[in-house]
Amino acid sequence: MIISVASGKGGTGKTTVAVNLALALKNIQFLDCDVEEPNAHIFLKPTIVKKKKAHVLVPEIDELKCNYCGKCMEVCAYHAIAVLPASENNKGNVLVFSNLCHGCGACSLLCPRVAIKEVEKEIGVIEIGKKSEMQFIQGCLNIGEAMSPPLIRQVKEHIDSARTVIIDAPPGTSCPVITAVKGSDFCVLVTEPTPFGLNDLILAVEVLRKLEIPFGVVINRADIGDGKVEDYCCKEGIIVLMRIPFSKEIAKAYSCGKTILSISPEFNRDFQDMYVRIGTLINKN
Amino acid sequence: MKQILVISGKGGTGKTIVTGSFAALSKNKVMVDCDVDAADLHLLLHPDIKERHEFRAGSTAVIKNNLCKECGKCIQTCRFGAITSGFKIESFSCEGCGLCSRVCSYNAIIMEENIAGEWFISDTKYGPFVHAKLGIAEENSGKLVAKIRQVARELAEKQALDYVIIDGPPGIGCPVIASLSGVDCALIVTEPTLSGLHDAQRVIQVAKQFNISVKLVVNKYDLNLKMTTIIEESCYQQGVPVIGRIPFDKTVVQALVEGNTVVDYIQCASGDAIKRIWEELKD
Repeated sequence: MIISVASGKGGTGKTTVAVNLALALKNIQFLDCDVEEPNAHIFLKPTIVKKKKAHVLVPEIDELKCNYCGKCMEVCAYHAIAVLPASENNKGNVLVFSNLCHGCGACSLLCPRVAIKEVEKEIGVIEIGKKSEMQFIQGCLNIGEAMSPPLIRQVKEHIDSARTVIIDAPPGTSCPVITAVKGSDFCVLVTEPTPFGLNDLILAVEVLRKLEIPFGVVINRADIGDGKVEDYCCKEGIIVLMRIPFSKEIAKAYSCGKTILSISPEFNRDFQDMYVRIGTLINKN
Repeated sequence: MKQILVISGKGGTGKTIVTGSFAALSKNKVMVDCDVDAADLHLLLHPDIKERHEFRAGSTAVIKNNLCKECGKCIQTCRFGAITSGFKIESFSCEGCGLCSRVCSYNAIIMEENIAGEWFISDTKYGPFVHAKLGIAEENSGKLVAKIRQVARELAEKQALDYVIIDGPPGIGCPVIASLSGVDCALIVTEPTLSGLHDAQRVIQVAKQFNISVKLVVNKYDLNLKMTTIIEESCYQQGVPVIGRIPFDKTVVQALVEGNTVVDYIQCASGDAIKRIWEELKD
């Protein structure tokens, strides 16, 4: 079973829910797919046993073969290649903007002079580790890299379907989140009962409905704000899986890298019940 | 004209709350919401939309089944796993590279331009506001951010405004990079937690690549004074001025529920702190 934890709005408690759910269960594989700002390690404190660099393929032009025909520039949908044709005074030039490259392979496949090969460009690091019986994998995007989906995909290549996989997704509703939650059996949407929380929850729900992934909601800091998130869930027939009250103790523990379970072990039962409920909802689907 | 971007690294630290208050405190400016896939600033600024524009970016492959001979060349060539064994395009996986349409020997695949979202120019009681909505499950958020940044800058130049104040997205990826491009100052809003510290460090590194003024404030600082001090010390070591601390204040949520910026609501400790921060920032 693959359970992703997403939100729409940042800072609602995705990592909190993902981490505490993982710790309350057995036979877990935890994937931190918030590769721009991975934080789960702060709470899980895994022992890292393997680090490997993650790469994407970008074009490298052999200027001895290249005749600056511009075909590569023509076929590149991302404007990642600029070709300045040869003239009387200049031999011509090719510039690759590897930050814009999506690694589609069009330029190298279609170059009439076979002058383009693809080379690896490092985009980040994948770390593999464990915490007791839990397997832990995180991706960390290099500073200055623009695109997280290729790294998120590479983290997800490590999915072990013999385990219950919990994916900590990034905030937002666009391609990094889609890449992280795609293929999940269930998505837990974590929200807060404020106008921002509601606004972004509605967007996240639209995404999951489009992806046809079953989902439920956890309302964090459930006793602040107003009742509009509850009303929305009720009206839309969305299951509220759990409500976590605002607590200065939980906030303080979080600030020091401590989990809810470490200060309030009674929450173990709540997270386990949520897992059972998720299983029922998946089967119903 | 000064362009000020509010970012955080970590989500949920209070960027939009702070930026909303800056809208109320500043004069002669245009506000911009660059958090295009989870935009919230409009909930504080209450825009009256004057102009709507389609945002077209990228394309998606479409297989014309009547021409398709199911040879499978497209499936073999696609790097993104976007073509199913049933010769249907999975639009969420398609990255619009167009390679499949070029390799198809039967001209059975065309590329259709995406309408990836909308952007708006609005009036608010605080002045002009440029904002956007990315389409559900769309890509190209960085391009949409770049678009509204350009629109806001041109509007500010045309109206001889003093500031462009930008609510930024979380993270460090392309929407953040597009938000940072061409600004004069990045204000990082963080929280006194290990996550806040970790994420602020990364976004500081990204911001510094742009050779701009980088400043920081700690929001909800009194939730953990020790972490606040650690963050401030770390900023000091890196030459990042800490220009304010905002206390945890339940008034913030009360104001938000009523659709008000903190400084427009009742006089409160967090509002006073934000006012002092604006005074530091505006020159």
